[in-house]
Amino acid sequence: MSMNWNRKDLLGLRELSPEEINFILETADAFKQVGTREIKKVPALRGKTMVNFFVEPSTRTRTSFELAAHRLSADVINISATTSSLTKGETLKDTARNLEALHADILVLRHSSAGAPQFLAQRLKSSVINAGDGAHEHPTQGLLDIYTIRERRGKVDKLHIVIVGDILFSRVARSNIFGLTKLGARVTLVGPSTLVPREFEKLGVTVSYKIDDVLPTADVVNLLRIQHERQRKEYFPGIGEYTTLFGLTKERAKLLKPDCLVMHPGPINRGVEIDSEVADGLQSVILDQVTNGLAVRMAVLYLCGGIAT
Amino acid sequence: MSATLIRSGRVIDPANKRDEVLDLAIVDGKIAEQSAIKNQKAETVDAKGLIVAPGLIDMHVHLREPGFSHKETIESGARAAAAGGFTTIVCMPNTSPAADNPATIAWVNDRAAVTACVNVLPTGAISKNIAGDELAPIGSLGQAGVVAITDDGHCVQNHELMRRAVEYARMVGLPVLDHCQDYNLVGNGVVNEGYWSTLLGLPGWPAAGEEAIVMRNILLAELCDHRIHCQHISAAGSVHLLREARARGVKISGEVCPHHIALTDEAIQNFDANYKMNPPLRSKEDVDAILEGIADGTLSILCSDHAPHAEFEKEVEFDQAPFGIVGLETELGIFIDRLVHKHRKIDIVRLIEMYTVEPAKLLKLDAGTLSVGAPADVTLIDPDLEWTVKIDKFESASRNSPFDGWKLKGRAVRTIVGGKTVWRL
Repeated sequence: MSMNWNRKDLLGLRELSPEEINFILETADAFKQVGTREIKKVPALRGKTMVNFFVEPSTRTRTSFELAAHRLSADVINISATTSSLTKGETLKDTARNLEALHADILVLRHSSAGAPQFLAQRLKSSVINAGDGAHEHPTQGLLDIYTIRERRGKVDKLHIVIVGDILFSRVARSNIFGLTKLGARVTLVGPSTLVPREFEKLGVTVSYKIDDVLPTADVVNLLRIQHERQRKEYFPGIGEYTTLFGLTKERAKLLKPDCLVMHPGPINRGVEIDSEVADGLQSVILDQVTNGLAVRMAVLYLCGGIAT
Repeated sequence: MSATLIRSGRVIDPANKRDEVLDLAIVDGKIAEQSAIKNQKAETVDAKGLIVAPGLIDMHVHLREPGFSHKETIESGARAAAAGGFTTIVCMPNTSPAADNPATIAWVNDRAAVTACVNVLPTGAISKNIAGDELAPIGSLGQAGVVAITDDGHCVQNHELMRRAVEYARMVGLPVLDHCQDYNLVGNGVVNEGYWSTLLGLPGWPAAGEEAIVMRNILLAELCDHRIHCQHISAAGSVHLLREARARGVKISGEVCPHHIALTDEAIQNFDANYKMNPPLRSKEDVDAILEGIADGTLSILCSDHAPHAEFEKEVEFDQAPFGIVGLETELGIFIDRLVHKHRKIDIVRLIEMYTVEPAKLLKLDAGTLSVGAPADVTLIDPDLEWTVKIDKFESASRNSPFDGWKLKGRAVRTIVGGKTVWRL
């Protein structure tokens, strides 16, 4: 832990160096340990204010950031799209500048537009943490996925990580791709050709349309939810066919190596991308991801929030 | 009687195949024989070292009036044109109300006559309210003085309606200009579909969305035997389609905007909405194909697609920002710098031709030449002047340009409309 952190914002994993990613993970190690104590709270961000600004709905990520901030002793305000002045026609920039005028030190932003956190970060003195922007990045999800892999397997380098599902519209996929490839993992993307265009190979990953060929060599399978509410019907014929071709069914799970980890960023659609038994099986680390998310978000808030002053 | 003598400039008049150093005489707002001012006092303009060109024409600008005068007015847009070296501009009909009726055209013409320092020529809409559902009164628009019809900013998706529009426009004698965008293929795309859209998770606007409509227009131009001009060509495939069709003699043409040769989609990575335009910035391969298309004449017209937007409108999330950038005050500099100096794709004579003779021919304008008796619209150009773009010095009412701070070589230094200097550096 000999490096200095000098970013006020966490916008994505693409702009981070491997050293910076590892530094966040190591900082998270310390905070994970805090979570096992009887008193789970540290004074690291006492007197600071964090605003959870979720223009797009979320339960898991918002709660995780809120709890992380509480554990660091920060004051927390939650704002959603429906309770913000965005519904009255105020621009994102004006809303954010008003929050800054109230001395918000850290702004955690979830937004449906790719680049919205970059847009605010360039215009605010406050720290901006990306909690998911459109189909662009979800860096804390990427970090908690990497943290979980590293925790279970001891390393990330040289592992074969398979990400299955709707890659095109997935910010989780992009943050995983950027972070994992930086740390030396081999990444394969699997899913319908309409949702996993070959163009992704230019990001340094392999694209496959045959999940059965890929599963036997996987060290980690990360299943993404099929976001059928977002998609125009042209992308694939239906949920049933998706499950047939790409679902991690009980049968398919037999192809996995015994020590292969099964991951999912949630929310799970049981019986669609993953069978219920597999989601709850011994290889599943889905709930570890959630626990680790708390430690990773504490680390991110601590590092970026410390710079913001 | 007023007289002006522009002395010792390099007179480039492609319409008359003239390129020589000589004096150019103007009498009473018209180009005159030199002998016509022998016996009278004339104002003299020293043009030594400068190019004396026919007044440049930008056939693709948005002046935003009526309806959006917070972005631009006919008055401010005309001043921006003059500062860019343009004596004639052709404005698009996507105003509010849309220019789909003779009354709005009359209003634009009146407004231009009272407030504009350059010639403003309106286009009319192809379809009512630019909605693509039924034909606008194209004949009446013609009588009201439009120089072409277009639904620019939108694209008629119904091929049958477009076919009838082209047939009807042929009868009326108006060329058809088309913004080429297939709505199904493009969807909610905001940037070029490719590496950068994949990386950034921004919705992609595939080149095929333009090429499909360019192809459609080639087929309809053949079917109707009438000119269709494809606006702001951005994709390599469009250039190939146009080249092949023009070689067969199809009445089809295409134009190029400066941003589509000066920038690629790599520029969008900071999510700055001043790099968001429609069609979007494309790949290096597309830029190279467009440069070749300019070099071999496939793309025959240069223009800006000047699209002013207020700062507060552009200062939003990238996918929610309006498309378009201002261009009148930077386009000539960018095209001279890139096409003539840097890439050496064409010489300055052809560049001037693409800004004068070509649009004048397409739109049947009494402009774009220095023939004796023609309106004395003249642009003086210093092709080697090095200058820096400063958006806070723009005459336009808007500042939405990605070129702030760019160092360019070549620009207009004086703009003369009807014998009167309307702008000088």
